[in-house]
Amino acid sequence: MKTKREMADLGLVCIGGSQGGFEALEKLLPQLPADYPCAVVVLLHQYRHGAGNLPELLSTRTAMPVKAVHDRDPVIPGHLFVAPANYHLLLERHHAFALNTDAPVQYARPSIDVLFESAAHVYGPRTTGVLLSGASIDGASGLKQIKAVGGLVACQHPDTASGKVMPQAGIDTTTVDKVGSPQELGQWLKQLHP
Amino acid sequence: MNPAEVEDIEVRLFLEAIHRRYGYDLRDYAPASIRRRVLLALAKSGHAHLGQLQHEVLTCPPFFAHLLEDLTVRVSEMFRDPSFYRAFRTQVVPVLRTYPLLKIWHTGCATGEEVYGTAIVLTEEGLYERAQIYATDLSPQALAQAKEGTYSSEVVKTFTENYQRGGGTGNFAAYYTEAYGGVAMNEALRRNVSFFQHNLVSDHAFGEMHVIFCRNVLIYFGNDLRERVLNTLSQSLCAGGFLCLGASERLGRLGESLAFSDFISEERIYRHEN
Ligand SMILES: C[S@@+](CC[C@H](N)C(=O)[O-])C[C@H]1O[C@@H](n2cnc3c(N)ncnc32)[C@H](O)[C@@H]1O
Repeated sequence: MKTKREMADLGLVCIGGSQGGFEALEKLLPQLPADYPCAVVVLLHQYRHGAGNLPELLSTRTAMPVKAVHDRDPVIPGHLFVAPANYHLLLERHHAFALNTDAPVQYARPSIDVLFESAAHVYGPRTTGVLLSGASIDGASGLKQIKAVGGLVACQHPDTASGKVMPQAGIDTTTVDKVGSPQELGQWLKQLHP
Repeated sequence: MNPAEVEDIEVRLFLEAIHRRYGYDLRDYAPASIRRRVLLALAKSGHAHLGQLQHEVLTCPPFFAHLLEDLTVRVSEMFRDPSFYRAFRTQVVPVLRTYPLLKIWHTGCATGEEVYGTAIVLTEEGLYERAQIYATDLSPQALAQAKEGTYSSEVVKTFTENYQRGGGTGNFAAYYTEAYGGVAMNEALRRNVSFFQHNLVSDHAFGEMHVIFCRNVLIYFGNDLRERVLNTLSQSLCAGGFLCLGASERLGRLGESLAFSDFISEERIYRHEN
């Protein structure tokens, strides 16, 4: 049995996407085993009222336990957390989520940049950022910040994405550690924590 | 110590400086969100370091007045979370009907959208005449806007859609008039509203409210401060009074110790048993 501390030290995997991001997750998530040791956070830009069932939809695609995030919820290793609509999602040092209703960033709330930047600040080199399909450039600057603190970053291959702008912006903005199809990104995440 | 931890120290010292110089206590706000506000204010100021920004804040009160507006978040929306308003109409309003007089407190009312929203609901339910509504916030600038009740035409589209989804029974356009490229909410909606500054961190409870709206305010507070403020709010409610929180806020364990029970838990509406 690992101690709570050791588990937390495994870090945090943050996955962001927008248009086409759900389809990418449908292929990525099944690659992760039920006992994947890290906490995984999934953030999709969502229609303001329409996305309450995203956690249920995703739980049919992954063997990991899925949780919708509420303010102050603890970050538990081995769980997959889903960002709620209409709030920004951030992280606190004491391994808890924080939500806020600050103004949208480049029209997006939740914003991938806000999540990635906050994760990079708290988890430092133990942060992994993945940018999936999407039609905006949200996430590119956050990816760069994760890289700057020594974390790992990956982008969906634009050829496999219905929204090419987002992953391409990631690739153009920073040196990414992995570019691949959603399945390949899933395999890559899996072998990071065998 | 890594650079992120050093930055945390700088932010803490900055908030400490504000508190000592001006008495505004942001030290116990939720670290992740207040850090973001501080760094955005730093970027806007053009200073390279928080130390420099701190010096300007300490020596220039007018600059601080502006900065305070940037540190608080006054973003709001009318009928945000329509399902909440549906629940309010169908389940809270029938209880409110049984009281001859209603006292309603909007804490952290920001630019007033929620206040006008509630006023509309009460009007349509025939309860407005017996209601006294208190609308408070920390930010004087937000309160000034709230009192004015003017909003841009852009957001009115969203408000209208929210109103309909939230169970509105009338025509939303009847509640405002076009003004200066935006809209002005009807004077009648604010007849029973008093707007004033109130700081949840340092000011007292005030009394015997039937409903308190504190939506998307506590998320900005750290755990201890949140508990303290919830305590203040519980003291401000009459027996059987309602506390309404934001969509993603839950009372959790604190509910029990403060004598709240779930009224409509999925809409974060709690009732004080006291
Ligand atoms: C995000 S807004 C919430 C607006 C509205 N209730 C809603 O949900 O749309 C948060 C508000 O809390 C106010 N606030 C922050 N700290 C406060 C304090 N210590 N006392 C009173 N209000 C405070 C801010 O000025 C801001 O207007």
